[in-house]
Amino acid sequence: MPNPETHIYQAQAQLDADSTNAWPTASAGALALQVHAKAPGTDLEPMSPRPCRVLRLKTETDDTFTLELQPANSTSRFNFVPGQFNMLYVFGVGEVPISISGDPDRPRTVLHTTREVGAVTRAMRRLRPGDMLGLRGPFGTGWPVAEAENNDVVIVAGGIGLAPLRPALYYILARREKYGRVVLLYGARTPADLLFRAELERWRARFDLEVYATVDRAMAGWRGNVGVVTTLISRAPFDPLNTVGLVCGPEVMMRFAVQELLRRGVSPQSIYLSMERNMKCAVGLCGRCQLGPVFVCKDGPVFRYDRIAHWLGKWEV
Amino acid sequence: MQVKALEDLLAETPFFKDLDPAYRSMLAGCGVNVVFRAGEFLFRENDPAERFYLIRAGKVALEIAVPGRGPMIIQTVQEGEVLGWSWLVPPYRMQYDARAVELTRAIAFDGACIRTKCEQDPKLGYEFFKRFSVLIVQRLAALRLQLLDVYAQP
Repeated sequence: MPNPETHIYQAQAQLDADSTNAWPTASAGALALQVHAKAPGTDLEPMSPRPCRVLRLKTETDDTFTLELQPANSTSRFNFVPGQFNMLYVFGVGEVPISISGDPDRPRTVLHTTREVGAVTRAMRRLRPGDMLGLRGPFGTGWPVAEAENNDVVIVAGGIGLAPLRPALYYILARREKYGRVVLLYGARTPADLLFRAELERWRARFDLEVYATVDRAMAGWRGNVGVVTTLISRAPFDPLNTVGLVCGPEVMMRFAVQELLRRGVSPQSIYLSMERNMKCAVGLCGRCQLGPVFVCKDGPVFRYDRIAHWLGKWEV
Repeated sequence: MQVKALEDLLAETPFFKDLDPAYRSMLAGCGVNVVFRAGEFLFRENDPAERFYLIRAGKVALEIAVPGRGPMIIQTVQEGEVLGWSWLVPPYRMQYDARAVELTRAIAFDGACIRTKCEQDPKLGYEFFKRFSVLIVQRLAALRLQLLDVYAQP
């Protein structure tokens, strides 16, 4: 069952405890090592939310917004791997998984971008600077940003799926010389639904990043592309034999995107997806997010395509 | 001279590059360079489908007029892509409006003429249908995904 509450791309906790504060930490060097491997560390009471303060709420589109949070103990840092998520708890309303959308190299605050789709996210949108909420995390596996070094990287994002991919892009751009061509392909429903629009325009202006955006529908007068995001893959400039694909969006879109990447010649072992399932505990205990033999929260949310290919498109699981 | 230049161009286009050179030469003879300013229509809905286009530069929007909402863009086609298959399929009428979004350069092919040649030469006909059927299937798959409206609120 897809999570009706959020568009969260979940997973298993990789907390590297810092003895001086209650927030999960990791050294910059350890960041890359955590990807797709269970990081050494101690889960810091993963079921207990830690208080944090709302610094800012930014409206992204009609129904999406970004929350900037700071630990209640403002001296602590929040370290995470691009692709991970947190469980956010609006006191008295409920808890939902929300992907982290900020820069992993700026750990003083933590950003979450989500869509208003249910009671919790509706309440979350009403929060104001200074309000408190609870946070558990970070949880889950991340994008293979270190493994992708020396390769071209193609990021395929659909809708709110750009949010969990943005930290990966920040990470890569901060270490740009370590990668080949970097391509962002982004699709949204309409021009008004394009997420991080100002940032997209800044990215497009860079000489070391190819950005192609498209929308599923538009009124006459729109000068951009119209068509599903998967149609961008066939004309994107990358070397399929040396490319790592990072894909996030609605599951149907991801399945079609994978087919296009495979058609271009990208290896199934080089394609990664962030799966979305209804999650509750986020630590692999409750079983709500089971997908065949894996738990999305414990073994994902980022999976190598060939490891879950068999389970994709099967509505029974 | 122009035919030769068009032949070279077709040889570099993925859609036509593995076509038999003799057929490519024939095709070049049926093509003409055209330019459309931004906002100019390449064709309108229900026009006789006598041409198809290979877009060389620029962008074209396929539009459909929705009463009360004005024209909606359902797809854009750009450099290196082929626009139009209605010339292959009865009743040979354009199904949408096609409008240049920006200055667009294209090669316009005489579809009616090529259709006649396809009737006369089944091998040529097969080559064309082989290419256009792939294009049609790709567009159909994309359209189905569009129809699913996967980004809509759950």
